[in-house]
Amino acid sequence: MSIKDLSPDDAVLWQWEFASLNYTILYTWIVMALMVLVSWLATRRLTSRPQMSRWQNFLEIVIGTINNQIRDVSQQKPERYLPFIGTLFLFIVTSNLLAVVPGFHAPTASLSTTAALAILVLVAVPVYGIAHQGFIGYLRLYVHPTPLMLPFNVIGELSRTLALAVRLFGNMMSGAKIGAILLAIAPLFFPIVMHALGLLTGLIQAYIFAILALVYIGSATQAHDTRSRLRAEHNTARAEAD
Amino acid sequence: MDNVGIIGMASIITAGITIAIGSIGPALGEGRAVAQALSAIAQQPDEANRITRTLFVGLAMIESTAIYCFVVSMILLFANPVWDYISPALGG
Repeated sequence: MSIKDLSPDDAVLWQWEFASLNYTILYTWIVMALMVLVSWLATRRLTSRPQMSRWQNFLEIVIGTINNQIRDVSQQKPERYLPFIGTLFLFIVTSNLLAVVPGFHAPTASLSTTAALAILVLVAVPVYGIAHQGFIGYLRLYVHPTPLMLPFNVIGELSRTLALAVRLFGNMMSGAKIGAILLAIAPLFFPIVMHALGLLTGLIQAYIFAILALVYIGSATQAHDTRSRLRAEHNTARAEAD
Repeated sequence: MDNVGIIGMASIITAGITIAIGSIGPALGEGRAVAQALSAIAQQPDEANRITRTLFVGLAMIESTAIYCFVVSMILLFANPVWDYISPALGG
């Protein structure tokens, strides 16, 4: 992959008829295989005793942290959102952090991967919204203040999907490009500094992606009934206090 | 000057201007956001976690405008579609 290739899509390793294998697909498979392998190793001997394996301890910390973040941000029970949000976060963070490994091209530095992830979020928002408050209740969100806002709500839904895709792509691609350019003009020390900065950016971008997906889903699921539920909880609490 | 020279010059100058002007606004905005968040944390250290999380989400959203400019300038420099139109041999 040369410096002129904007994304790892352009570097085709193997081609046969219509099927082609480029760096994006290859490294996506590698990340998937790595995550499956680590999960299998960690969950092979699950135990509830205090003497647990290191892998299980590690995964419990990760899952617990994600659960806490989901609970804090969405103010709802995290169990429903953990599979989707947690998978998004772990996939993005794995591929972003592995970018420091020599020879690894992060699949998130390709617009195809990030667009696919953003489309997943675009589909997940109505799915969670309809599952939570019904078809009519979800559609009512689009005309929420007034029906005049309908086109703006639809446009907002599409443009935030585009923003989600281009943000992750731009950040990861710029990290790779800056590394390559610095390698050409100051190859001794500076690429390492920029790579260390790239670790931080990759972690933050994965976090941002997951949090924004959660915020979008949360806004579709808790719009109307939160206030009434809070009032009901408040009333029951006061009744119990009386 | 022939077409190739004009297109190359226009692409390079536009890419530079895009990223230069496009990073002014986000830089000012991020500076203001960080300054406000710092003073908020100084006033309420207990809420530091929540403020930091909101700050990072907000910074990423502000920064995405600069990232759009960066993507446009990268496309102009490395994947300019006009090159293919002028001469398929030059395309890159």
